[in-house]
Amino acid sequence: MVQWKAEERAAIQAVFAKLDYESVGRETLTRLLVVYPWTRRYFGGFGNLFNSEAIMANPKVAAHGIVVLQGLEMALKNMDDIKNTYASLSELHSEKLQVDPGNFQLLGDCLTVVIATRMRTEFTPDIQAAWQKFLAVVVSALRKQYN
Amino acid sequence: MSLSAKDKLAVKTIFDKVAHKAEDIGSEALARTLFVYPQTKTYFSHWADLSPGSPQVKKHGLTIMKGVLSAVELIDDLKGGLLTLSELHAFMLRVDPANFKIINHNLLVVLSMMFPDDFTPEVHVSVDKFLAQVSLALSEKYR
Repeated sequence: MVQWKAEERAAIQAVFAKLDYESVGRETLTRLLVVYPWTRRYFGGFGNLFNSEAIMANPKVAAHGIVVLQGLEMALKNMDDIKNTYASLSELHSEKLQVDPGNFQLLGDCLTVVIATRMRTEFTPDIQAAWQKFLAVVVSALRKQYN
Repeated sequence: MSLSAKDKLAVKTIFDKVAHKAEDIGSEALARTLFVYPQTKTYFSHWADLSPGSPQVKKHGLTIMKGVLSAVELIDDLKGGLLTLSELHAFMLRVDPANFKIINHNLLVVLSMMFPDDFTPEVHVSVDKFLAQVSLALSEKYR
């Protein structure tokens, strides 16, 4: 089981406290779809994803960005048992959506970049360390059902 | 995933803009690499102080960033231009190429922190591609 120090819990809470889900969610998903264009494959029903302007303006991207962050919030609220909390999400991504699990890391990286633009110098190395650990646990939990 | 003319322009533009902050960017990226991914400390066991802000981290951060900036100048022939650096990393330093991804990620994080308005999604994809090509060029002599 993952052990969290008090400072790490506080750091993750601090990051979430600053997150405007709408703005951060939309930009994170936009960056995923722009920087790693093969991920557009998973969003066939979203309409126009042909260029970054279209993606930024796409209301389904905006809506889904919020869904993603709400999913991460579940991990925040259940930090001591993310693996089980994510069991059905993992099954969804592996069985139904058939997402290549490498893309979880990429989405996490895009989210980290967006958080860095919002928090700037407040995104200290200490906070980044805790945050990357949290993302690693989340990604691992999402990958659980794949094997 | 080679660099288009648009990628090269985006890379040159942003690195021109941030070049004056080379030491800050490089040392911050290196500091985060050592701190957030402690396994990377193995390559610097000869340093007295590996903490963020230490003189060695600052100096070496600048060295790394100067390397990145020189790669920008060599963007039309990264493999050829970075041959000597590749030999250094392959034969002397023997840096596991997995670590290139780590420092690249931290360079992106630092650019996002320091230049959020310039580091747009379009610039992000071009810089990500560029750093991946730089890593490939540095890995050229590994085997």
